[in-house]
Amino acid sequence: MVEAERFALIDCNNFYVSCERLFNPKLEGRPVVVLSNNDGCVVSRSSEAKELGVKMGVPLFKIADLVKQKGIVTLSSNYALYGDLSERIMSILRNFSPSQEIYSIDECFLDFSGVSDRIAHGRQIRQCIKQQVGVPVCVGIAETKTLAKLANATAKKRTECGGVFDISALSQTERLALFAATPVGDVWGIGRKLVERLENIGIKTVKDFHDSDLEKMKELFSVVVERTVRELRGQSCLSMTEIAPVRKQILSSRSFGTYVYELSDLEQAVATYMATAALKLRTDESLAGALQVFIKTNRFAAPEDLYSQTATVTLKTPTDDSIQLVKAAITALRQIYRKGYAYQKAGVCLLDLSSINERQLSLFQSEASVSRSEKIMKLMDATNSTMGRGTLYLAAEGQNHSWQIKSNFKSPEYTTSWKELPVAHAK
Amino acid sequence: MSEKDQSTPDLLSESRRSAGFPSPADDYLELKLDLNSLLIKHREATFFLRVEGDSMIGAGIHSGDLIIVDRALQAQHKKVVVAVLDGELLIRRLSLQGSEVSLLAENSNYPAIVVSESTAFEIWGTVTNVIHEL
Repeated sequence: MVEAERFALIDCNNFYVSCERLFNPKLEGRPVVVLSNNDGCVVSRSSEAKELGVKMGVPLFKIADLVKQKGIVTLSSNYALYGDLSERIMSILRNFSPSQEIYSIDECFLDFSGVSDRIAHGRQIRQCIKQQVGVPVCVGIAETKTLAKLANATAKKRTECGGVFDISALSQTERLALFAATPVGDVWGIGRKLVERLENIGIKTVKDFHDSDLEKMKELFSVVVERTVRELRGQSCLSMTEIAPVRKQILSSRSFGTYVYELSDLEQAVATYMATAALKLRTDESLAGALQVFIKTNRFAAPEDLYSQTATVTLKTPTDDSIQLVKAAITALRQIYRKGYAYQKAGVCLLDLSSINERQLSLFQSEASVSRSEKIMKLMDATNSTMGRGTLYLAAEGQNHSWQIKSNFKSPEYTTSWKELPVAHAK
Repeated sequence: MSEKDQSTPDLLSESRRSAGFPSPADDYLELKLDLNSLLIKHREATFFLRVEGDSMIGAGIHSGDLIIVDRALQAQHKKVVVAVLDGELLIRRLSLQGSEVSLLAENSNYPAIVVSESTAFEIWGTVTNVIHEL
């Protein structure tokens, strides 16, 4: 007999807020929100903040009164912390299944096929992550990935099920009752625009969607939508993709904390973003064959104040050398910079990525020059990883980062910086 | 195995290639002493914290010391733990006597804290090592 496929989706509850609470237990039981880059919008909410009606993605200024009235704690995002805890969680989860697919910073799929007591297995996962990393997670189990996502959302909503919900254990009647009580917008991949179109033809709940005609779905929408219906019917169309696809590009860009006018400030910003991107590139053991630099004014500015331009540079030889990449980026930036605009955002993007193992030297490049650049980059990365980020940097990155993003409420880098360790009080 | 692989089998070890006899040290070349492997038993569950205060001085834990905390271990009687008490991380020695839970100091200036059922209390992790700079 062929073993029935089972997928589990493990998703951290309010991940960023949960990370913050681990080292700052005072936040427990209080309404807390974490803000996006530049303290712009809400990207993570504690359940208390959700109960106060704070919506996902809402700009901070729109909830300023509520924050004051209800004493909501607002925090800047601390990606060093979230990234570190995420890596720990994913590493523990790997032990619970022969196959894992990391889907995002706070969720992953595990292959549960052949697990005899799935609920117990899910409970064990939950207990283990909570104890070892201190982050609460929920587990959704089903015959397909799309259903596992739905099961996870159900596990979060129904507190009585203890954080683990298995759709494949439901009777057909129970299953249809669940579908009927769930809006179609809760289905994985069904975005706001699609919901509108589906509602226009009378599909409002997951049950309506589940009962819809496959051919019609394909005709009216796409094969992707048709496949989603198949998945809701328990027919697995999406398998585990274990190996993360090789990154197609590396993007490093930010909005500035204040408007930037001068070329020299933009140069510093672009150099810093490029240094970050190049480090990622080297960590991935890849080389970039091309790069892009872009600068933008505020997109809501008056038409005469609008300016947005991108420059792409193809490199003679693919490289991972920060010095070369920064030089190329700055040359590109100088070409697109126009005086007199208030710039709000800049960024760099590394393209045409290839594995370092496929490196071919160009006619004009010697082995010696390559190994010299490699030595410098290794020294730079090693120093920055032991002494702290930014210990060694290229002169072009500059020191006085007046353009740097706002993060007024950032917590310490508790797990990645010796200088910012959490305190255990001996009193 | 490709042709290329077969032609270069001797790249494995420098000493094996140069001399007729393999050096007996070859097998140990990778075994540099690594403090991480000594001090960290559960990588994912291990955190470093900084001590502030002198209530644990009798256990050799001073203000400013670095402690290694393993959250994978079950907290046990008489072990030094980090606990969450009133929203703060606190380092103390755990005492479990029957149903009574208390947090003992290692300094006579600090009384024991008896944890009542109404206290907001939780064990955060077990302290496994102290790193004290001289």
